[in-house]
Amino acid sequence: MSTSLESTVPLDLWTRNDLLGLQDLSRQELDIILDHAAEFKYLQEHHSRKLKHLEGIVVANLFFESSTRTRTSFSIAAKRLGADTVDFTASGSSLSKGETFIDTAMTIESMGVDLMVVRHSSPGAPALLSKHLKCGVLNAGDGTHEHPTQGLLDIFTIRERLKSLEGVTVALVGDIKHSRVARSNIWGLKTLGANVIVCGPPTLIPVGIEQMGVRVAHTLDEILDEADVINLLRVQFERQRGAFFPSIAEYAHLYGMNRERLKRAKHNVLILAPGPINRGVEITTDVADGPHSQILHQVTNGLYVRMACLNLLARKQLEYQNQ
Amino acid sequence: MSTLLIQNGRIIDPANGVDQIGDLFIVNDLLANRADFHGEIERVIDATGLIVSPGLIDPHVCFREPGFEEDETIRSGAFAALAGGFTAVACLPDTVPAVDTRAAAEFVIRQAKRARSCRVLPMGSVTKGHLGQELAEMGQLSDGGAVGFSDGKRPIANAEVMRRALQYTSIWNKPILHHAQVPELAHAAVMHEGFQATLLGLPGMPAAAEEIMVRRDIALAETTGGRVHWMSISSFRSVEEIKKAKDRGLLVTADVTPHHLLLTDKALSNYDTNYKVDPPFRTEEHRQALLAGLVDGTIDIISSDHQPLSAEKKSLEFDHAPFGISSLDTFLPLCVEALITPGLLDWPGLLRKLTINPALLLGVKAGRLDVGRPADITLIDPHEIWTIDTQKFHSRSTNTPFANRPAQSRVKYTIVSGEVRYDWKIHSK
Repeated sequence: MSTSLESTVPLDLWTRNDLLGLQDLSRQELDIILDHAAEFKYLQEHHSRKLKHLEGIVVANLFFESSTRTRTSFSIAAKRLGADTVDFTASGSSLSKGETFIDTAMTIESMGVDLMVVRHSSPGAPALLSKHLKCGVLNAGDGTHEHPTQGLLDIFTIRERLKSLEGVTVALVGDIKHSRVARSNIWGLKTLGANVIVCGPPTLIPVGIEQMGVRVAHTLDEILDEADVINLLRVQFERQRGAFFPSIAEYAHLYGMNRERLKRAKHNVLILAPGPINRGVEITTDVADGPHSQILHQVTNGLYVRMACLNLLARKQLEYQNQ
Repeated sequence: MSTLLIQNGRIIDPANGVDQIGDLFIVNDLLANRADFHGEIERVIDATGLIVSPGLIDPHVCFREPGFEEDETIRSGAFAALAGGFTAVACLPDTVPAVDTRAAAEFVIRQAKRARSCRVLPMGSVTKGHLGQELAEMGQLSDGGAVGFSDGKRPIANAEVMRRALQYTSIWNKPILHHAQVPELAHAAVMHEGFQATLLGLPGMPAAAEEIMVRRDIALAETTGGRVHWMSISSFRSVEEIKKAKDRGLLVTADVTPHHLLLTDKALSNYDTNYKVDPPFRTEEHRQALLAGLVDGTIDIISSDHQPLSAEKKSLEFDHAPFGISSLDTFLPLCVEALITPGLLDWPGLLRKLTINPALLLGVKAGRLDVGRPADITLIDPHEIWTIDTQKFHSRSTNTPFANRPAQSRVKYTIVSGEVRYDWKIHSK
């Protein structure tokens, strides 16, 4: 790893103005982000914590859906790189405000924003905004569609531990249907050569998901001994309509990761959870706080992944603005 | 005496089995014989190279007046229909207030008379306020001019209400136009449930939501003898069930839109709300079944299912935007692209679905070129190539996924009651 502030990653090969999802990213693009994030991690741990990559850049966090963790992570990532940041939190959908969300975003862009980090409860909202805005758009989660930086930080954490994703078996467990994290994980993991198993009750497995190249399982016990990584998705109570399973207790009984199941898993299995975790539902406290758990590493790595994404998009913006 | 001669056109009159080059004679508002012409002919239209068809009829459009005049009015909608080649359309009663009283039906008729373009036939509500609970005063509505009954895009979920409605409407032998969909299976859904919905993270409605309702309606039609017509069917199992029901001799009919003949759920990949329709675009398998159903006669009619929506309503998040396509201005070329160009139907076959079949559904004396009948006629250039331009839409709303699409065939004249009410040369400027 280089000790200079100069990157050794071929950043010029990055050509996108926006990061809307992992669906379309090539292996090379994923590697650029992950390698660049690793550089930031090294710099942060061994050098000055305050960098100047985004000096003069304005990053707006445009959150149409409440979020504490992701917004804070993006804010800190931008500030560590020297950017000016503004937070805009809109409550409810645009319908209730009398202004369309496109107008809201265009108004904020007009104040001189270079990058917009967008969180929205509607799938496709950042993609729609990217068509109306000149600034770079970074999807920070759009409904049940994608959450690319979460997928990247999960993948970064696995890669850091296992060195490569090639041939690694990753199980995504829980509410796949309502999970943007699952979709981003699947795209990124598949592109990087991992095997992916999605596991959950049939009511929470979306139609046709096998066509994304994943295997479907309905009980956690049947896949415990094959998974190198188990990523426990949070039950999205707020995105569900009606009962997809009979009770939380039954969910925990069938899909909860506990000490007894951990014993039957691979001895070096990595336990991930995108959080916020429901302790006692998808994961018991002893597992969440135990040696297999990557939960807090994921949060830390999220910062570096977001720094990498912000820097890549900012470089494109500057290139575009200097033309 | 006013006289109009339409000369040397290819007269296609599917109801009478006519497809030949010839002349049409119109005296005042009626189709006439050559012998009825005396003295000098007032106007001659040279129809060389043009198709001369009975005026097109659409069994369900949405004109949004009263209540949503920002989207469309009866005047603007009727003219868009006229320019699209229609001489009569039936408009859905899903306005605010709904057409669930005689006065409301008569309002539609009055506004249409004032507009003096395409004929606009009111459709009455099945239930009061489209709430699906109490039957509307269908006798009053019928006497007020309603040609059929519908709750628009609101499915009649309660089977007992539907059964009584079918029993009751059999008094006048008027059809119920139903949006076949089980509400619980379509709740909050915005597209077809399948792999594409999974990719996009959008809630999907399964094809079964439609098929279950079609099967239920067939059972109710069978027990009541009522007439059910399904609007805009979209699923291959629906086609299958309708075919079986017709084979058993039931009085059921169905229509499909041109857009469902051309698009699948793959078109939604960029979250463009102009592709958001109800029923949703489904997969290629379903699309092929709709085409086959038209060819073998299972599907009787093609309807624009015109759903005009102002730009601000459509420029929302995909899941918040309303369903619908403004489709009168693009109707005929899309039918041609879906059916004539690939050789699935010939012109008489297509025009049958647009003239006599909808006329029979609505029980109106139109859709055929009989001497003594009102002269409702559409003249079409089947070969003209142009490009769809939303700037030139006659509809007040331009919510269409077909902007800038190459089009073939153009409506040149639309004649209602012997009067040339649309002349492409004049109105396209």
